[in-house]
Amino acid sequence: MTVKELCDSCSFDIINMADPDREVDGCYIGDLLSWVMGRAQEGNVWITIMSNVSVIAVAALSDVSCVILSEGVSLDDEVRKTAEQKGINVLSSKENTYMTALQISGKI
Amino acid sequence: MNDELVFHFDIDGEDFTTAGQASVQIKKNLRQLGLSSEIIRRVSIAMYEGEINMVVHAHGGEADVKVSEDWVEIILKDSGPGIEDIDKAMMEGFSTANDEVRSLGFGAGMGLPNMKRYTDEMEIDSVVGQGTTVRMKVKFNQ
Repeated sequence: MTVKELCDSCSFDIINMADPDREVDGCYIGDLLSWVMGRAQEGNVWITIMSNVSVIAVAALSDVSCVILSEGVSLDDEVRKTAEQKGINVLSSKENTYMTALQISGKI
Repeated sequence: MNDELVFHFDIDGEDFTTAGQASVQIKKNLRQLGLSSEIIRRVSIAMYEGEINMVVHAHGGEADVKVSEDWVEIILKDSGPGIEDIDKAMMEGFSTANDEVRSLGFGAGMGLPNMKRYTDEMEIDSVVGQGTTVRMKVKFNQ
């Protein structure tokens, strides 16, 4: 499944869609960035409530397929621009992290 | 590829939020060299953790990344306060980072353990009051 297909099927909001055709492979959940960097796998969907600019760097370096911000969290303009520049897919879910994970479960 | 390729970076110690520029750049450089995505991922994550450490603890520093036939070597040098107890600093969960750093999602005591996890060799030379040098190698055939 691609990031765009996942986004459409779960009705997530698009914050930045840089690479809609990127394949999604598994999921990792976490808010401690070093922990995520140590454990998330290439291609994972990464669900987090963190929204500072370091999230974009961690997403870029760990090669996740997209970031999903849960709890309706969004990015401020500056961070969104960084996501654009670095080509990182960022979506937002109104649900909490558990419900967001349930939504994508079985689809990826 | 017989000659060693060296990429040099000055790590700006002023702004925590810009940490990672050198790591993202090295990722691009290594991609252009055609290295495997797993090797690139390991090098760039180890380097990012090192960059963050230098910004948080040492007001920045310098990074050299050397690409040779068999491995990528990352050398990080700073003139910061040094590490008092390296064994303790290597333990997951031990951190001396401040609350601001923690609120951004770092400072969980994972930096050095992650650097070790993602590299095949890692050596730390540190003198309290003078600075720290970390050398890491990611080997191609491991």
